Amino acid sequence: MCATCGCDSGGSTAIHHLGEHEHTHGGHSHSHSHDHGHTHAASKTIVDVEQDVLHQNNLLAQRNRGYFDAKNILALNLVSSPGSGKTSLLERTLKDLKGELEFAVIEGDQQTTNDADRIHATGTKVTQINTGKGCHLDSHMVLHALQGMKPKDNSVLFIENVGNLVCPAMFDLGEKERVVIISVTEGDDKPLKYPDMFHSSSLCIVNKIDLLPYVPFDMEKVKANAKKVNPALEILEVSCTSGEGLQAWYHWLKSRVAVPELI
Amino acid sequence: MHELSIVMSIIDIAKQQADRACAAVIDEIELDIGTMSGIEMDSFEFAWKQAVRGSVLEGAARKINTIEAKARCLDCDAVFSIHHYFDPCPVCGEHLLDILSGKELKVKSLVVS
Repeated sequence: MCATCGCDSGGSTAIHHLGEHEHTHGGHSHSHSHDHGHTHAASKTIVDVEQDVLHQNNLLAQRNRGYFDAKNILALNLVSSPGSGKTSLLERTLKDLKGELEFAVIEGDQQTTNDADRIHATGTKVTQINTGKGCHLDSHMVLHALQGMKPKDNSVLFIENVGNLVCPAMFDLGEKERVVIISVTEGDDKPLKYPDMFHSSSLCIVNKIDLLPYVPFDMEKVKANAKKVNPALEILEVSCTSGEGLQAWYHWLKSRVAVPELI
Repeated sequence: MHELSIVMSIIDIAKQQADRACAAVIDEIELDIGTMSGIEMDSFEFAWKQAVRGSVLEGAARKINTIEAKARCLDCDAVFSIHHYFDPCPVCGEHLLDILSGKELKVKSLVVS
């Protein structure tokens, strides 16, 4: 199940728990083959399989989901193109809500721990997954990241996916909700160009609105396009630089954090 | 280019099923792929050629059932074919749709010997 992408099928995923040990996870498989040392007469048999290709990923995603539910963790899968400001939004959020909410972050990138280093600097628990050649995170990688990081009960877990508006759409990680981020320096037709991602998300954050005076980005058009793809999509406009609109995002976040019922 | 990991998953499923059936050879594999499953067929073909080499599916005939995407309009109940998520209902023009088919991505059957 370890995802490999591109022409090198021997790619490997590395998981770095910042401030702790590191281990590489060398593209192993959890399936077992059973060698049968006998041959059959050459008669043809039809095997009804009827199995979803993503079955294994979806099973592991449900295991992650059960873990999150049991520990009352709000897991959010953050998806976007590279450079839309996912990490900046996280940095700002972690600083502004420090002391109000408990956070943990899983960073997904092909290479480097740069993003995790930025999150680590805010004092937040963070694990970096390097997908190697992989273009998306899958539930198996997240499972291993969780085993190492052990996020606290009642916390918010941000899973920052690999910057890619295509591939991560197909892979359930076990998150509660998917948040798609676009910035005003991208085109306002993004939701139409990459509909799968907008269709599977419940919140869309339009970032960098402080740059609106300088770019030909039509906010109403992007909203209309996004609503065509997903009429239920919520849309928030923010700027991580000026801080505009962030209160609405924090409000959204806090409203999602379930208060544990005391027995 | 997630198609390669999709093909790898198909090979895993095929191997598992062939082992379970104590089969020596997989002669044929039948797949259901919806037109809105998120699979780019050109990339899929490319990934398939590379990935099946040396696997249990090398030499297996491949049959793909393309499943047409259909949706029901939640406003007027019309059922129609769609190609994109943003296609409006052809009857009332609304966008609130329930996707009925076209998201399939599964291994339907194998012929083994």
